[in-house]
Amino acid sequence: MDEVPMIQLLNPEGERVSNSEYESSLSAAEILGLYRDMAIIRRLCNEATSLQRQGQLALWAPVQGQEAAQIGAGHALLPNDFTFPSYREHGIAWKRGIPPLDWLRLFRGVTMGGWDPLQYRHSNPTIVIGNQALNAVGYAMGIQRDGADEAVMTFFGDGGSSQGDIHEACVFAGVFNAPVVFFIQNNHWAISEPTTRQSRIPLFHRASGYGFPGVRVDGNDVLAVYEVTKRALDNARSGNGPSLIEAFTYRMGAHTTSDDPTRYRLEAELETWRHRDPLERVKSYLVRTHGEPQSTFDEIAADADHMALDLREGLLSLPDPAPLSMFDHVYTEPHPLIEAGRRELIDLGFGGEQ
Amino acid sequence: MSEVLFPLPDVGEGLTEAEIVTWKVAVGDTVALNQPLCDIETAKATVELPSPYAGVIVALNGQPGDIIPVGDTLVTFDVAGAAPSASAPAEKKGDAPAREAVLVGYGVATDETVATRQHRRRGAVTPSTPAAPAPASSANGLAPRSTPPVRLYAKQHGIAIDSVRGTGPDGLITRQDVEAAISGVTAPRVSAPSGPSTTTRLSGYELAPWASGPAEERIPVRGVLRSMVDSMTKSAFTAPHAAVWLKVDATKTMELISSLKGRGAFATVRLSPLTVIAMAVCDGARHFPGINSSFDDAANEVVIRRSVNLGIAADTPRGLIVPNIKGADLLDLLSMARALNELVDVARSGTTTLAAMSNTTLTITNVGPMGVDAAMPILPPGTGGIVAVGQVAKTPWVVNDEIVVRHVVELCLSFDHRMIDGATASNFLAHVGRFLNDPAAALLAG
Repeated sequence: MDEVPMIQLLNPEGERVSNSEYESSLSAAEILGLYRDMAIIRRLCNEATSLQRQGQLALWAPVQGQEAAQIGAGHALLPNDFTFPSYREHGIAWKRGIPPLDWLRLFRGVTMGGWDPLQYRHSNPTIVIGNQALNAVGYAMGIQRDGADEAVMTFFGDGGSSQGDIHEACVFAGVFNAPVVFFIQNNHWAISEPTTRQSRIPLFHRASGYGFPGVRVDGNDVLAVYEVTKRALDNARSGNGPSLIEAFTYRMGAHTTSDDPTRYRLEAELETWRHRDPLERVKSYLVRTHGEPQSTFDEIAADADHMALDLREGLLSLPDPAPLSMFDHVYTEPHPLIEAGRRELIDLGFGGEQ
Repeated sequence: MSEVLFPLPDVGEGLTEAEIVTWKVAVGDTVALNQPLCDIETAKATVELPSPYAGVIVALNGQPGDIIPVGDTLVTFDVAGAAPSASAPAEKKGDAPAREAVLVGYGVATDETVATRQHRRRGAVTPSTPAAPAPASSANGLAPRSTPPVRLYAKQHGIAIDSVRGTGPDGLITRQDVEAAISGVTAPRVSAPSGPSTTTRLSGYELAPWASGPAEERIPVRGVLRSMVDSMTKSAFTAPHAAVWLKVDATKTMELISSLKGRGAFATVRLSPLTVIAMAVCDGARHFPGINSSFDDAANEVVIRRSVNLGIAADTPRGLIVPNIKGADLLDLLSMARALNELVDVARSGTTTLAAMSNTTLTITNVGPMGVDAAMPILPPGTGGIVAVGQVAKTPWVVNDEIVVRHVVELCLSFDHRMIDGATASNFLAHVGRFLNDPAAALLAG
């Protein structure tokens, strides 16, 4: 399925390539900004992985390799758009302005969510695979009924695309012409299951079955992802209905810190994708075409290191929540089973001062 | 000096323990934040642990192969000037309920003290059980793989499904397997077998006696056993092995040993034929250095070493290990005896270090004490030769055209035929044979 044509504006060597349907509208300064975003989330993600290995996070889902897909898509969003992520969308969270420490609080187990979804217009990470697409379509149908010119974007992976929830969401989105963009990051592995064992056709072809457009974009090309996503969101906002974007990318790390990718995939495949690195190509392009000096990139790396240290310190000083607070936000109103659970925990001695 | 502890974290959502694979730092090293400390292997993955502190390593708890419980101290750091209060990982709580490992899916195992959870997860293994050999095919806590109709079929025919050996993909028990069991081809156990009630050991694992053990026993491949699996597999499938044999009249060797035993400095050591054989092998390497070589795949070069790190295969309570005597070619008979004694004592006590097992150049495996004549050994990876020594037995031998009784030992040299040719191997082994045939002369000439 590698041979299927996809939208690409910057090749792995960092050379601009022309495309009959899309062209890049970004200035060199904006492209450098996107590089900075990608470098920061890669660095913060590595710090989070280390923190998990040091016992400070229960789990972490690394984003490495998918930075361009997320930063390109996130950059195309407008402040009033609403996004529904899975648990790996750290790059989208960054673009939505959510403080990195808030991404980590869920993975440390000190919060049930991490941020106020309405404040950032970005819902909390959905751990149940694919469920967020239903939420997204529901929200998009609400926008239709309000008559607003906003768009919704939801994120899931190639593995999620095999879930029933995604199918239902696409059916409803198609039938109601909802203003939603389904953004698949095809990172090639659903934990240990390769994409080739999940679909007989390229994933973006599925869109035609629901009656809306689908497109495959080079998910490691931030310029192309931005343009493709921007057009899809514009279409949604202007009443032209849903679309599906398959960002063709690769998960360079583990699915989460709990699995060992060397047990199910070959080093040669990783090597192939190392040559398609989303950051390196932008750097090559900026250096060669715009004469960006090395010092610029060194400064970005230093900033990212600094942010990583801040993130570490912030995480280590997070207070543990009171055990009983876990019952606080399950339902808005009192509920007998929740109350029974709370009382049981108190009986077991976890009540503390309360 | 401000010491902080790094307890082994749970790196995989509900694990109870991990095995140390390798240390990447040593005591006294200064490490940076996030510098790799070690690789650990859990039930789920092999992962690298980055240092949570910048500081100096004060203590490393455990050797490669050791299993460390989650929460036990793995590394002690000296972080002078650091603020441990903010960065100290959570201390292990002494009164916390025992953890239960979660090996499948996400989320934690059920806790029976919470009344709302009623079912015990099938894949969950309690930390106390895996140490003992698990029965039959439920070593991983799961029922043997088959399908419901096959289970029913087995049940209807009075066959216990866990007594059937699966031949399908990944050990799946098929209908045919159950049919075979019914017709008695694989003879599922119907009554307790009779047999000796003594326990034996296999690669460091104590096996229950034939009579009282389970029908099928599974041993987890880890620790010393895993090292053996890895090294033997690697060696067998990279180095083309060939071998030469030699029977040697070692009568004079035996006489030399009995004449030296208990005399002077030799009174303080244990002398055995192995002591003299170790001298002979080192002398052989000095005369035929080609045997003390290895194959460097990366550089595509043959490496000849003019120093012998003499590996000795040792059967220990934990399994087979091969520590070596560094610079064995420089030792005299007394020093060799001391070095061998120490190596064996350390190996038996289970305190052999990784360094003592690294960089072997030439190996001896002494199977004679087990009562066999000869063996064709597999090379430790990265070495060119290994000599197996059989038992020294009184044998009819021809001397000056007459049959006399002599002490005879059989030697077998396995060698890496990529770089060592048959002539070198034969010349080396013949030299070792001559040494044992007249050790006093050889030692004096040495």
